[in-house]
Amino acid sequence: MSRVPAFPAFAALASIVLAAFAVAIGSGSVALDPAAVLRALVGAGDATARGIVQELRLPRAIAAFATGGSLALAGAILQVLLRNPLADPYVLGVSGGAAAGALLAMLLGAAAWATPIGAFGGALASAALVFALARGSGAWSPIRLLLTGVIMASGWGALVALILTLAPETQLRGMLFWLIGDLSSAPAAWTPLTIAVFGVAAIMPFARDLNVLARGESVAAALGVSVTRLPWLLFALSALLTAVAVTTAGAIGFVGLIVPNGVRLLLGNDQRILLPASALAGGALLLLADTAARLLLAPAQLPVGVVTALIGVPVFLYLLLRER
Amino acid sequence: MSTLPLLAARGLSVTIAGIRVCHDLDFCVRAGERWAILGCNGAGKTTLLHTLAGLRPPDGGTIELDGRALDALAAREMALIRGLLPQDDGDAFGATVLETALIGRHPHIPRWQWEGENDVRIAREALQALDIAHAETRDVRTLSGGERRRVALAALFAQMPRLFMLDEPSSHLDLAHQLALLESLAAFTRDARAVIMVLHDINLAARFCDHVLILDKGHAIAGSAQELLTSERLSRTYGVRLRKLGEEGIAVFAPE
Repeated sequence: MSRVPAFPAFAALASIVLAAFAVAIGSGSVALDPAAVLRALVGAGDATARGIVQELRLPRAIAAFATGGSLALAGAILQVLLRNPLADPYVLGVSGGAAAGALLAMLLGAAAWATPIGAFGGALASAALVFALARGSGAWSPIRLLLTGVIMASGWGALVALILTLAPETQLRGMLFWLIGDLSSAPAAWTPLTIAVFGVAAIMPFARDLNVLARGESVAAALGVSVTRLPWLLFALSALLTAVAVTTAGAIGFVGLIVPNGVRLLLGNDQRILLPASALAGGALLLLADTAARLLLAPAQLPVGVVTALIGVPVFLYLLLRER
Repeated sequence: MSTLPLLAARGLSVTIAGIRVCHDLDFCVRAGERWAILGCNGAGKTTLLHTLAGLRPPDGGTIELDGRALDALAAREMALIRGLLPQDDGDAFGATVLETALIGRHPHIPRWQWEGENDVRIAREALQALDIAHAETRDVRTLSGGERRRVALAALFAQMPRLFMLDEPSSHLDLAHQLALLESLAAFTRDARAVIMVLHDINLAARFCDHVLILDKGHAIAGSAQELLTSERLSRTYGVRLRKLGEEGIAVFAPE
């Protein structure tokens, strides 16, 4: 049951995603006409255009799409788990843990490949810590979880500030860019895409259980939903998706918050529609934000996290006001 | 009609936060019976109801649902036999009234299927029975407390359990809807179903229930309403002197 029939909604989302890819791959500092881009995509045309499209723009576009999709899906899952529309990996400190882990790796002078590992470890550790602390007496308490996350986020913020203070001049710029979120140095694009697709595939069998869980834990338990095991799956999936997103693009805020809430306003709260629609819309949003970040002040590149925060902060405040 | 009790507790002990709710309690609920759980605030009525519903393990003893031990039943199998109306704890997300009522169909629908026409028809009938069908497309968060309660009850009716377990079903309801709800529950129990509910209002219990389970400072007693609903026992349980009025058919207890 949804406010908008599912098929037209998904058709519209798919066209938005395709359009976002077209814009992202078709624009950049080197002007390429659509025909040249198409030729380059299918592996024809001149070598420079092929290099630009296949080795620069396409991988970056895929990385942006996968990161946005993962963050939006993680946000949507956390919102049901905590039964709170303000939950988001960034707000809950999962992204903060990843940032602290990555900066620590950079500060210790680890090799470039170790930074993502630091981020991944930090995200998982932060998520595990938040959930373990919030579990407390044994019952999942959404409010306690949210509060713990917020406190952890400010703790990570302090640690990040400390690392920035201790860091030598030469590392500061790279660290700051990483902190705000940046896709220009995204590693292999297919890994985050695979994990985002895996995330959607893993959660869809439980989408109707999530609908019931959104009504409250006692209601869900009484209707046959496993309220002891399902939260663990939700927790693990959202931590994995966040860790991969942060590893790919740094700490990008608010995608996990604005996308599921926007989709909820338009399409209703049926998780069978909301979860895949959030993944698609989040991917499209980050892809467009990253393209804007590349083009607005070209040849300089804005960190994409700046663009998402500029959209996200007013939306978050609006949602908070609407909550009464 | 089977003679097996729908719900049977044997040697049941329940404690919460170190406080004893009941100890070595035996009772069974049979089809056609209507039970009220009575007791003061904090006596453990909700805890006992959730334990009987299989949401938390008992501290001792066994509970059987339709002749099978609770721990041998999968969560979904339980949901096909008993339905629970918990206390109202607010809605985090918006949903229409019809969507909310359809939630009750969850255990009946296979994992990969969506709600079908039959489920929608059942949900609409439930909304009709609770006099809230006119609000079908409204967001539940825009309803009053009593209206939301009726929507939650409609979801429970749509679940079509044989054993209704309700936690203060009449809270937030106006007098007319309280009576209408209890009348429709009474009608349901004529159909080989049973009801066990936490009630605050002794008089509603006296009017609609044929059996009561009284929680009194860690000591629980179960039996027929006629036997247990006496002014002496209720005065002791609630710590208020009560007198029984209206001897003709419907008993009413009033503080002296």
